[in-house]
Amino acid sequence: MTTITAPVPSGGRRVEHPALPGGFAVPDFDRPLPSREGERIIQFREALREAMSEEMRRDERVFLLGEEVAEYNGAYKVSQGMLEEFGAKRIIDSPISENGFAGLGIAAAMYGLRPIIEFMSWSFSLVAADQLLNNAAKMLYMSGGQWGCPIVFRGNDGAGGQLGSTHSWCVEGLFANVPGTKIAIPSNPYDGKGLLKTAILDPDPVFFLESERMLGDKAHVPEEEYYIPFGKARLVREGDACTLISFGRPVNFCVEACEQLAAKGIECDLLDMRTIRPLDMDSVITSLKKTNRIVVVDQSWPFASIASEVVTQVVEKGFDWLDQAPIRVNTDDVPTPYAKNLEAEYLPNPAKIVAAVTRAMA
Amino acid sequence: MASASTQSPSTRAGARPSDALPAETLLKWLRDMQLIREFETRTMQAYQQAKIGGFCHIYSGQEASAVGTIRSLNPDDPIVLAYRDHGHALARGMSARACMAEMFGKAAGCAKGKGGSMHMFDKPHWLFGGHGIVGAQTPLGAGLAFAARYEWEVMGTGAKKVSVCYLGDGAIDQGAFHEALNLASLFGLPVIYVIENNGYSMGTAIHRHTANSKNLVSRGQSYAIKSVEIDGFDVRNVYDQFKPLVDECRDLQRPAFVDLKTYRYMGHSMSDPQKYRTKDEVDGWKEKDSIAALASHLMGSESDGGRACLSEDDWKAMRAEIAEEVRDSIEFAESAADPDVEAELYSDVYINPLPQSSPIADYPHGAKNPLL
Repeated sequence: MTTITAPVPSGGRRVEHPALPGGFAVPDFDRPLPSREGERIIQFREALREAMSEEMRRDERVFLLGEEVAEYNGAYKVSQGMLEEFGAKRIIDSPISENGFAGLGIAAAMYGLRPIIEFMSWSFSLVAADQLLNNAAKMLYMSGGQWGCPIVFRGNDGAGGQLGSTHSWCVEGLFANVPGTKIAIPSNPYDGKGLLKTAILDPDPVFFLESERMLGDKAHVPEEEYYIPFGKARLVREGDACTLISFGRPVNFCVEACEQLAAKGIECDLLDMRTIRPLDMDSVITSLKKTNRIVVVDQSWPFASIASEVVTQVVEKGFDWLDQAPIRVNTDDVPTPYAKNLEAEYLPNPAKIVAAVTRAMA
Repeated sequence: MASASTQSPSTRAGARPSDALPAETLLKWLRDMQLIREFETRTMQAYQQAKIGGFCHIYSGQEASAVGTIRSLNPDDPIVLAYRDHGHALARGMSARACMAEMFGKAAGCAKGKGGSMHMFDKPHWLFGGHGIVGAQTPLGAGLAFAARYEWEVMGTGAKKVSVCYLGDGAIDQGAFHEALNLASLFGLPVIYVIENNGYSMGTAIHRHTANSKNLVSRGQSYAIKSVEIDGFDVRNVYDQFKPLVDECRDLQRPAFVDLKTYRYMGHSMSDPQKYRTKDEVDGWKEKDSIAALASHLMGSESDGGRACLSEDDWKAMRAEIAEEVRDSIEFAESAADPDVEAELYSDVYINPLPQSSPIADYPHGAKNPLL
């Protein structure tokens, strides 16, 4: 097993652990994050690429493996140009063989490398569920603390746009059920970079859920290196009427809904959870104490979903602060339809969110 | 393949790699195999006494496979395997105490009692686990080879290694296995897939569970992987054929596939009534038992092609010593402490546990694994 380590990011520290020769690096999370305002406007996919490239320059153990990541330049151009910079030994095209290459990455992580495994879509990860949920998530436990699995699995999650039932999976509800997983779901390019860098440094298996529909989104992304801590929600908007909880792409629907509600004089707290395991319930309860109403927006199915989990914990931890029953806005409880109008109706959208908040205010 | 008895000593000298090994090495193999046999016998007793729980798969009969292949490797060549894993763990060097204590669910076990019979992990001995889901270890075998190769090729450190991934004949029907073979061949990964072919996928005979069952090497060949059959019931033969393969895979950094023919004396697991095979069949295999065969070779005179390095008394003394070692492991496991619920139930879930990861509790760090 390799004992080679990489330099710790500036201001960070190294933490020893018996399962990881050389320990692991923890960034300086006390350092204030750079401003979200600025003129360096890039796409979400570029922000993700920047995160991977920065970590690959710092740490030779990091490699990227997945379908079409190298010569094709990425099925969604996330890894564009990386083959040129890092070469074919570190940017590796895989066959369409998710179960095989997910497992390959897991063992490489046990051995001491820091793999990034790209799923073209998390929909395709289901054939690798055994590797993800049995081997990556449980290796540390079933080896009695001998081997962990410092790996990142990343790719598109959620409906991409008329892709039909099999290609539109939101896996977070399924995968978050399993202890040992860490799950990050960014909603914007700035967070995409900062969370992915944290994911690559983290010594546990991180499931990093992107959205095909957001890869072209543009925003200011600082050129400097920064790491966003897991388990810290971001307060996107402030208000005292209702607490809106979301993560990933629907955060953007919530922003639209908040603007419509604000026009009617209803100001909401909007929390972008950023990671769902860990799940920053402290911030949720803090907001609830102010608003006494809560709406959770989640682009996966309602039954046993992340929204269900948030609502359950709200009831467990904040029951006395509720003036209304919590409300969930999920996708409709049917397989993802193809027809444009049906799919639009199926997904959470600003109109549904506005209606839910209005109900919560009744 | 030709058996030793059909060859003259002069032909054998130098022709069989194992003949060039010192007698002490072969005596050690005998000890390794007998330790596994004795250990498994006592494991079955402990299971019947309900001191071991869950599923428990006994390796008796297959000892030559684990010992012959593992003794062909360097100590730091990574190996990974399925759930019939006690024998490999012992052959790799895990103490009988750590192995038995794991099955007793004790804190002194190799996985602190969190893994059980199917999850023998031993980091100091480069044993990357016994794995419970059939075929799930096959992509891991490719990954270990990938990482070992990446280490010297990209990071410029470490030596050329070979990983060995063991699987039963039942696992060749899994998709994961075929994906792993494809990746191994495509990426040029130094992994050897050893099919410990005991003829049964649980209770389903090989001709009933896999197509083209008499030609398993075709599985490897179809991925352009060097594929060989080995009589896995003769430990010298296993070494003779496996060692050159290991050397070649290490040198060329290429994969290989081995159909290693073996047989298990006991049922698939402890709960198997074995209605799918006859006692005659089992007894037929026991007649050519690998341990008895090696003992006989070591006791035989040199003129008969033997080593003349073991007497009946030596063999008896060795067995007594091993019986004592295994008895000690049972005593150790019985008297060892249970895992501490407070410290261990929630530990080893994350290397870097973060607050609010679970609605139930925080995840602490547990005790350091006794093997580390």
